[in-house]
Amino acid sequence: MTDISLIRNFSIIAHIDHGKSTLSDRLIQLCGNVADRDMKAQILDSMDIERERGITIKAQTVRLDYKHSDGKTYQLNLMDTPGHVDFAYEVSRSLAACEGAILVVDASQGVEAQTLANVYQALDMNLEILPVLNKVDLPAADSDRVKKQIEDVIGLDASDAVPISAKTGLNVAAVLEAIVERLPPPKGDATKPLKALLIDSFYDAYLGVVVLVRIIDGTLKKGQKVKLMAADESYSIERLGIFRPKQQMLDELGPGEVGFFTAAIKEVADTRVGDTITDERKPTAEALPGFKQAQPVVFCGLFPVDAADFEDLREAMSRLRLNDASFSYETESSAALGFGFRCGFLGLLHLEIITERLAREFNLDLITTAPSVVYQLHMNNGTMIEMHNPADMPDPVYIDRIEEPWIKATILVPDDYLGSVLKLCQDRRGRQKELTYAGTRAMLVYELPLNEVVFDFYDKLKSISRGYASFDYQIIGYEAEDLVKMSILVNAEPVDALSIIVHRTRAEARGRVMCEKLKDLIPQHMFVIPVQAAIGGRIIARETIKAMRKDVTAKCYGGDITRKRKLLEKQKAGKKKMRQFGRVEIPQEAFIAALKMEDN
Amino acid sequence: MSSQPLILNPDDAGFGVYVHWPFCAQKCPYCDFNSHVRHKGWDEARFLAAYKQELAHTAELIGKREVSSIFIGGGTPSLMQPQTVAGILDAIAGLWSVRSGAEITIEANPNSVEAERFRGYRSAGVNRVSLGVQSLRDEQLKALGRLHSVAEAKTAIGIAAQTFDRFSFDLIYARPGQTPEQWRRELAEALALGSRHLSLYQLTIEPETAFEKLHAAGKLAMPDAELAAELYDITQEMTDAAGLRQYEISNHAAPGEESRHNILYWRYAEYAGVGPGAHGRVIVGGQRRATSTERNPEGWAARVEGAGYGLVADDALGRDEEADEMLLMGLRMADGLDLARLAQLGGVAIQPETIARLRDEGLLDVLPPGREGFGEGLDEIRACLAPGLGSATGTSQGNRGGGRIRVTRAGRIVLNEVVLALSRAFVSGASTMAQDARWTSASEASIERA
Repeated sequence: MTDISLIRNFSIIAHIDHGKSTLSDRLIQLCGNVADRDMKAQILDSMDIERERGITIKAQTVRLDYKHSDGKTYQLNLMDTPGHVDFAYEVSRSLAACEGAILVVDASQGVEAQTLANVYQALDMNLEILPVLNKVDLPAADSDRVKKQIEDVIGLDASDAVPISAKTGLNVAAVLEAIVERLPPPKGDATKPLKALLIDSFYDAYLGVVVLVRIIDGTLKKGQKVKLMAADESYSIERLGIFRPKQQMLDELGPGEVGFFTAAIKEVADTRVGDTITDERKPTAEALPGFKQAQPVVFCGLFPVDAADFEDLREAMSRLRLNDASFSYETESSAALGFGFRCGFLGLLHLEIITERLAREFNLDLITTAPSVVYQLHMNNGTMIEMHNPADMPDPVYIDRIEEPWIKATILVPDDYLGSVLKLCQDRRGRQKELTYAGTRAMLVYELPLNEVVFDFYDKLKSISRGYASFDYQIIGYEAEDLVKMSILVNAEPVDALSIIVHRTRAEARGRVMCEKLKDLIPQHMFVIPVQAAIGGRIIARETIKAMRKDVTAKCYGGDITRKRKLLEKQKAGKKKMRQFGRVEIPQEAFIAALKMEDN
Repeated sequence: MSSQPLILNPDDAGFGVYVHWPFCAQKCPYCDFNSHVRHKGWDEARFLAAYKQELAHTAELIGKREVSSIFIGGGTPSLMQPQTVAGILDAIAGLWSVRSGAEITIEANPNSVEAERFRGYRSAGVNRVSLGVQSLRDEQLKALGRLHSVAEAKTAIGIAAQTFDRFSFDLIYARPGQTPEQWRRELAEALALGSRHLSLYQLTIEPETAFEKLHAAGKLAMPDAELAAELYDITQEMTDAAGLRQYEISNHAAPGEESRHNILYWRYAEYAGVGPGAHGRVIVGGQRRATSTERNPEGWAARVEGAGYGLVADDALGRDEEADEMLLMGLRMADGLDLARLAQLGGVAIQPETIARLRDEGLLDVLPPGREGFGEGLDEIRACLAPGLGSATGTSQGNRGGGRIRVTRAGRIVLNEVVLALSRAFVSGASTMAQDARWTSASEASIERA
């Protein structure tokens, strides 16, 4: 057990690409935790998706031993947290286990919207913030401007900000010094009954359910009988240890320390994030406040391309949910797509990651339908229905009004791109609330319907600002709007998976774009295919897919039959990735691609 | 020469030998065949010895056959000395019996040097020549990377006509920038040359060719599907008028003048492939095998010298693979595919609903067994599928007179799509589905699944 005054628990808050993972890697390396030959970039990001996308999805902890210039060795616990808005929920629980946070800001880019949200969250939790300016070695770095921005936008004293280059290792040692000197040690009492915070848990193929834990008071020992207070379940601690980032087993953890345990817990769902862990026989008097459950805000349908994979999909989703309780699903059936699931996500990145993991880790071919928000339908009879799926929309004659969720969006953008961003927000039915400047960057606050943001707003924002705009949002409430259901008919047959809820004033433009898209997405058939958009019985847009004219292979002699057969087999496999609607086959990617609005 | 259209009894489809000669004087920018240029030449005696060795090995593997056709293709086989060709043909005749009147074809470049060898080939036993004329426009020949001129080609055609019983030549159309009017004129000139067999190919961009790179760089403006279809229609109309019936997607012949060797491929009969990069479909112990040999010429020769054969693949084909290959090849023929043979060989039938749909779309004709005219309702389509299905033993008697499907002229131009649709509608276990009722329930089950 380490002397509590020699412990520092901290997180790193940074915008994506501002160097959080690189800095983590450097800190781990400097403290000698990882042999150089085992070092790889983004060492804390264990999922392929995390590495490829350069993001962190699941929280991780790592203990570093740091020998300070005062001669003492300190225990530093680094809590790696997700940076994306969709995972704000996971950020908050990691922050709750820390006394301080390092705020990493790219000295060539400045503060971004997501950083802002996380810093405010840390400030709300009374964390000490240590500003670090990264990438100061870049020619475009402007430390003074960025320091001023930190002061203006966040209201944080940045005069002592540590200038570093995580990439070259420049001055990273000063960060370690500052962690010890400027972040407070945890408070706690080893003599009190055990009180520990359940930070997170995950399923490991070898260890079973692994629980990340932060000790507040008392000690946690191997073999101890503990109680998860909110879950009201008791377990015996089997293994106890820390990550360095390799596992190291220990016999006990004392106040202020962070580590993990396993305890014959069957499912991650049995552990509630934010729960209090205490001694079964000598419980703590007062439990920790806990966290509120994350609510899914974006829904979409996931259908197996091959109906026979339905059970496999169910199994895969339940396995994913083991590690991610914020993802929800229930069975859904679609006239066009058969049996599948309606799934709820924290946001769009969350949606993309889950669908990608289903495809990659479970080898499932999926059709993803248009993401939708949750609409509140107020019926004439006074009841209210929450609608997750446009296909479920009742006959409009029974509906008094439809309400949709609105968000408050904060966007930070260099003023060169301000005009296009304003236009984008206006096009998406936005209401401007604030427009302020910090140096040459504008901070925009807009109220927007989530429906308009849910699909490709973020992609669009990135492309019109060449990647310089950053964006964050929170849901502010529901408002009644003039919303209609738009159906898409392919070869005169309605395709329910393509129907969307849209504002009446925008229906025609959306319908036209969708028909144009589908015209390119649906391959030519041997007959002409009309593609139409309709509201009720009224056609508002139409395109025609011409019949195929020629696809014969001119030359076919004996020599290459094998090649021809393999090509045929490949085409047959390709066709399996399509869905049959009447006589028309629609490729699975069309269901999402048709909805992207590029130029309108 | 028979004036009957050459529909071979499937059980009497013959046995062909394909010999691949891998060398060319120059690589054509559109060609993806296994051809190689050797500026320092090659050791022809060495290759002859290797051909003989590989032929002997093949004969050992498959046993006795009566050879109905031989095709020496390439590459440019007319670069071979006549005595080399004679050596190959003698070796074949020494290993198997060669049917009297067997078709023996060699591919040739229509230039003066190679035409001088025609007599020698004739003496070696070759009775048919296929000339790679490709175009009757000098500037087009240049664009296609050909070394001969139009005048040389015409001379070579003349020599071929005098020397061989039968000859054919190839043209490539739907070239970049070609208009329908230009093609009409060129094709009319070609027809006037009096050949009784023509192979008329649309230019296609094949992987790993010079044209592919040009095309990818946007430097080759290929005709769009609409124009290509129009050029195809012109081709059928003009060859028909000239009495050269379209008997395969790209092949036209006066009755009886069809290439018997190529029909063997399209009918999915048996053939051995010898030489670098040659493919074969041989039946060993009742099992059809897909063979292929080492593609690199010297590498192939070295293998043969070392191991006695140049095979790099010798795979037993699954019945579903056989069904796909038979469908793929068979529908290229104007007279279509025998459904009973498909069932017998591939163990599959095609869902009658799919056949009916393609028929309704004007892409397919259904020819019921034992009578003239087209099949109409689903019952008649089922009747086409049913005969012979009971004959699990596959006696020729049981299969003769099965119903056929054939692709219409409108369907031929979208053949790949038609083949794909039919292949996807395969219902396996056809050999057990002798009874109509059982067939129906099986097909319904599969429709439910789909």
